[in-house]
This record gives sequence, C-alpha cells and structure tokens, in this order.
Amino acid sequence: MKYYVLIPFLPLLGFLINILLGRNIIKNRAHWIAVPFVGLSMVFGLLTVRDVISGTVINEDLYTWIISGDFKVSVGFLIDQLTAVMLVVVTVVSFLVHVYSIGYMHGDPGYYRFFAYLNLFTFSMLMLIMSNNFLQLYFGWEAVGLCSYLLIGYWYQKKSASDAGKKAFIVNRFGDFGFGLGVILVFLTFGTLHYLPVFENVSQIAGRTIILLGHEFDLVTIIALLLFCGAIGKSAQIPLHVWLPDAMEGPTPVSALIHAATMVTAGVFMVARCNPIFNLSETAMTVIALTGGITALFAATIGLVQNDIKRIIAYSTISQLGYMFLACGVGAYGAGIFHLYTHAFFKALLFLGAGSVMHAMAGELDIWKMGGLKNKLKITYITMLLASLSISGIPGFAGFFSKDEILYQTYLKGDLGKVLWFMGTLTALLTAFYSFRIIAVAFHGRFRGTHEQEHHLHESPPVMTIPLILLAIGAVVSGWIGIPPVIGEAIGLEHSAWFYEFLAPVVGHPHAEGSHSAELFVMTLSIIAGIGGIGLAFYIYSGDAERAEALLKRPLLKKIHTVLWNKYYVDELYHFIIVRPVLWTARTVVEAVTDIGIIEAIVNGVPRVIGRLSERLRVIQTGLVSHYALWMAGAMFLIIAIILIR
Amino acid sequence: MVELQWYIWLSLGVFIIGLMGFLTRRNLIIVFMSVELMLNAVNINLVAMSHYMQDMRGQMLTLFVIAVAAAEAAIGLAILIALFRTKAAGHVDEATELKG
Repeated sequence: MKYYVLIPFLPLLGFLINILLGRNIIKNRAHWIAVPFVGLSMVFGLLTVRDVISGTVINEDLYTWIISGDFKVSVGFLIDQLTAVMLVVVTVVSFLVHVYSIGYMHGDPGYYRFFAYLNLFTFSMLMLIMSNNFLQLYFGWEAVGLCSYLLIGYWYQKKSASDAGKKAFIVNRFGDFGFGLGVILVFLTFGTLHYLPVFENVSQIAGRTIILLGHEFDLVTIIALLLFCGAIGKSAQIPLHVWLPDAMEGPTPVSALIHAATMVTAGVFMVARCNPIFNLSETAMTVIALTGGITALFAATIGLVQNDIKRIIAYSTISQLGYMFLACGVGAYGAGIFHLYTHAFFKALLFLGAGSVMHAMAGELDIWKMGGLKNKLKITYITMLLASLSISGIPGFAGFFSKDEILYQTYLKGDLGKVLWFMGTLTALLTAFYSFRIIAVAFHGRFRGTHEQEHHLHESPPVMTIPLILLAIGAVVSGWIGIPPVIGEAIGLEHSAWFYEFLAPVVGHPHAEGSHSAELFVMTLSIIAGIGGIGLAFYIYSGDAERAEALLKRPLLKKIHTVLWNKYYVDELYHFIIVRPVLWTARTVVEAVTDIGIIEAIVNGVPRVIGRLSERLRVIQTGLVSHYALWMAGAMFLIIAIILIR
Repeated sequence: MVELQWYIWLSLGVFIIGLMGFLTRRNLIIVFMSVELMLNAVNINLVAMSHYMQDMRGQMLTLFVIAVAAAEAAIGLAILIALFRTKAAGHVDEATELKG
C-alpha cells in the first residue's frame, strides 16, 4: 500500500479543517483535529522509514503538475535514506511540539489559527523533504518560509512580532532569489528538474563554463553557489543570519519546531541532497565550509553575552547550523546530517524547556530575573540539563558523537581544515559555556524575580513535560547509532557507525582517511573544550553575578562585551547600507515620481476628463418630460428627413 | 368612396395635434390624452392602408395597438395618482427629480 502518500497530506487536511471551521465551530478544541493528524502522519512516516531500512527506495511521480513544451514537472516523492532521516526528525519533533502546544497555547485567542499554521508547516516541510524534483523542493521551501512568517508574527498585535515576521520573510528573499536562479540554471543545463536525471548527468557538465557579464565561470560552481544562496538564507548563515534571533518573537513551540529542529535545517538537507552537484565544485565546497565554520564561531560568541534565554538558544542554533555546513563543506555529508538529526532533539528540547520556564514565570525571558528554578521546575531542569550536556559534547550524549565526527572530518581536510577545526573546537568550548550559563544563572543560585512570580512558580502540566521527557531521551540516545569505530571497537560493538553506512548510498563516504591517533586527539580536545566550557560557566556564574561583573570592570573585556552585546553591529550595518537607501528610494523616487507622478495621474486623470465632458452634457437633462419628448420628436423628424432625402 | 389620401391627411392632422398637445401641455391628463390621439392617428393610418392593400394584417395590428394603449392608460393613470399622492401635483414640470 502506498501509505507514504498520506504522510504530507494528513497534516494538510488538518490545516484545511481547522482554518475553515476553526473560527466558529472548533475554537479551542482545535488540537483534537491537529494532533491526531500529525500523529497519524508520524506513524506512517515511521512505517515508511522501516521500509527504507529494509531496503526499499521509493521514487515515484504522483501527478503531472506542469507541462509546457519541454518543461515537465510532476508532484512526486523520492524516499531514500536521506529522506528517511528527515522523516524521523520532522514527524517526531512536529508531533511532540504539537502535543506540547496544547498546554503552552492553552487559552490563547488564536488557538485554532496556531494549530492550523502548525499543520500547514508540517505539510510544507514534508513536501520539501519528500520531493523528487527541484520545483517541488522550491514549493516546500517557500511554503515553510510562509508558515515561518505567519507564526513569527502570530501575535500580530505586538509590533515587534509583526516586524520580526516581515524581517524573516524579506531577509529570506535575498537567499531565495539566488536559489530560484539556481533552479532555473539547473533546468537550462539539464532540461529537467527531476533529481535523479540531474544527478546522473551532472558529471558530464564538469568543466563546462558559462559566460556572465563578460567573464567566464565554471558552470557547476555557479549552480552550486546559487543553490547555496538559498541555504544561507533559510539556515541563517552569515551574512543572512539576522532574521533568526528576531524570529524568537513567535510562540516558543514555533521556535522549537521551525527555528531549531526542522525548517532552518532545510538548507543543510538541500546541500546534502544535491551533493553530486556540490562534490564537483571545489570552490563551492570551500565556500560552504568557510561559511559554516565562521558562522559557528561568530554566532557562538554573540550567544555568550545575551540575556534573553530564547535569544541565547537562537544564536546557539545558528552556531550549530554552522557546524552542519562545515561538515557538508568538507564532504562529510553523513556527519552533517547526523548532527542535524541529533541537534533536532536537543535543540527542540532546549526551546521547549525555555518555554516551560516562561510558562512558569509569566513570560519572563531575562535569565537574570530567574535563578534557583531547579527546585521548583524539577522535570524542566533535568531535561534542560540533559540537552545542555548533549549540546556541549559530553561523551555518551547524542551531541558528542555528531559534533566529534564533524570536527574529525574537518581536521583531516588539509591546512584549511586544520584552521576550521581549531575554530570548531573553540566553538565547542563557547557552546558549552553559554549553554551552562543558562543552567547556572537561571536554574541555580537564588531567585531574582518578583515576589508574585515566585509565588506562582509551578511545574508545567504533563502535556508539556511528557514531550520534554521524550525529547530528553532522544537527546541522550539518538547519537548511539553513529558511534565512531574507534570507540565502537573499544567497547566491542560491531557496526557502531551504522548511521553513516545507512546514508552512504545517498551521500557517499568522505574520502579522507585518518589514523586512530588523530581521531583520539581530536576527540580528547573536544571533550576538554566541552568540560572546560561547563566549568568556566559554573565558575563565573555560580553564586551571584559578582564574578561576571568583576570581569566586566576590565577595559578590554568591557569593549569585547559591548561589541558582542550589539551583535557585531550587523543589524546597524544592514540598516545603514540597505534599509535606509531603500526607504530613501521609496520616498523620493517610487512615491514622488512613480506613484504620484504616473500612477495617480492616470488613475485620477481619466475620471477628471470624463467629469469635465459630462459637465457639459448634463445640461440637456432638465428632468422635464416635455423636453425629452421634444428631443425625441426632433430626432424622429431628422431620421425621417434623412430617409426621405436619400 | 373616399380616397386613401384623405385618410392619410386626417391621420397626419390628428397625429400633429396629439404631438403638439404632448409637447406643450403641462397637465398630465391632457398629456395622456395627447398620447392617445397619436396612437389613434396611427390606427387610422393602419386601417386605411390595410383596406387599400387588401391585407388584413394591418387591421390585426390595430387591435394590438388598442390593447397596448389600454395598458398604457392604466399605468399612466397609476403614475398620475402616485405623483399626486407624493407631490400633490398633476403637472409634468413639477416632477424634475431626474434633472442632471
């Protein structure tokens, strides 16, 4: 039975029911529609994954979407090993977030709308990952962007939220423009948009060049870089990372699902999916690796000093996405996807944990107004702690295995790889530091909020804590299917790196070969970095903020802190070089010349001419019947006279 | 035997009297009467021509004209009463709401 067809369309059905009937009929019962549909979708998704593991790869066109001359696109599904991994991530995290939202969004006036959008998002994301051609990928790509916009601006009465929604949408335009051009170029080059023919023939165009603006460029490099543009926007890499921190204005389940676990990883998925194209271009791979490595370090440094709990986690997301691109850039797609998969669990957990804290603290976001929560919010504390250990790369937890593989593969990649590896290890230290800064400041120490907040402090209801616990299990064990052989051999486990073997048919194996000693060296350093970061965070932030304030008294640290606090002034820079010129053009050229000078002149001019003419004409309409009769009689005589004279 | 042209002269005379009455009189009842005159002028013409051409279709058409004239009179009188009720006026130049 082709039950895999139902996977994306069940959430779509849920969306349609809720959006059409939600306002007047379903109201606050919307979760009875949304959650079961996503749950069923998850069941079918996992069944499909089981089929893929047993060796079935599905590639089928369902429906011919567009035919125009040579241009033919179908709606179709390609379900291979890569899609299977994404199916697990998307359906499981989506289902857990849906369940969590029942508690978190309880009593919100737009309850049905929230679940409708969440369903629509799940549908779009599934279309994106299950697609077998570039156009359907592009459809899903834009549709998840739309859902992201709708959900960031979900509390649209709040100006900051609607602004953040617009910002996310507009910043993504920059990336998607390049992505669209890339898709067009793929069609022009190969004459088809289906993945498999493109990937089979891509080696034939290696070395072909294309002339743009009088310069000669390598065709594959151009295609790869244009596609990567889309990934930069969607996955919030430098220089288009600015939208993701602002996207935290949306409800916290949205941040967990869309802006941590699934949508933002679409860029990584796309790069891995198109690996036959990227593999042919050394330049594009270097660009990806550099972008990823620099973003990882850059975002982690900003995350060090933020005080808003969700923003810290958002910068952490950008940083972890940087790791994934770093892995793709050095050809270790398997490691990148593995990190995507483990990251989905622990990062969704971090966000949902933050949501649980906000739930208890009446929406408080500043970690300095929390403190000592570990006694009151036991489940939240333990699950957040597990997620933080996982992201810090403590051995045994999921994040350790994936991050370690990325660092190791980077280390093997020549001189540039060594530099990027060093940056990656430094990032690991910073990651552990900011993650445990949250733990130390918000969960340890004494309570610093208001009395009222302290009085109302409570653990969230089971509908919220159970998803936390399930994700926490994922954050611990999800890495155990990709244990590096060097450890696997030590503990006597065969096929310990099962995940990489599973993905190999799609993404291949990285070419670099290393020694056990090199691997152990990289691993030891990353463990030291993780533990060091944790220790440093507890050393500085245990007790009150005295040690942190003492550090800020030093002029150099103060200066660094100011730069980091202002996020390297990137927003200000963009405001200066993009927003202001655009607004100036809008006011002086578009508004004054085009709008008032041309469009309004036409729109107002035509009725004005008609008005002038009718002013003359209306005089003859006196309202007296006799006058009309006279006109009639006169005209009649005239007609008769003309007939007679002729 | 009266010749055809006399009928046509009569018809023309009646029609012009009707037209003049229609154009110049202000009293709505007189205006209706003038319309009737014009219709009947046409009827005379139709019957005379029908007889002259030995074709019954003209006389048949006359019956239709009479029927239409009756309907027109009924509607016209209804309008007159309605006008009188709303404006207490029986003169056509007092109803000028459609003035442009």
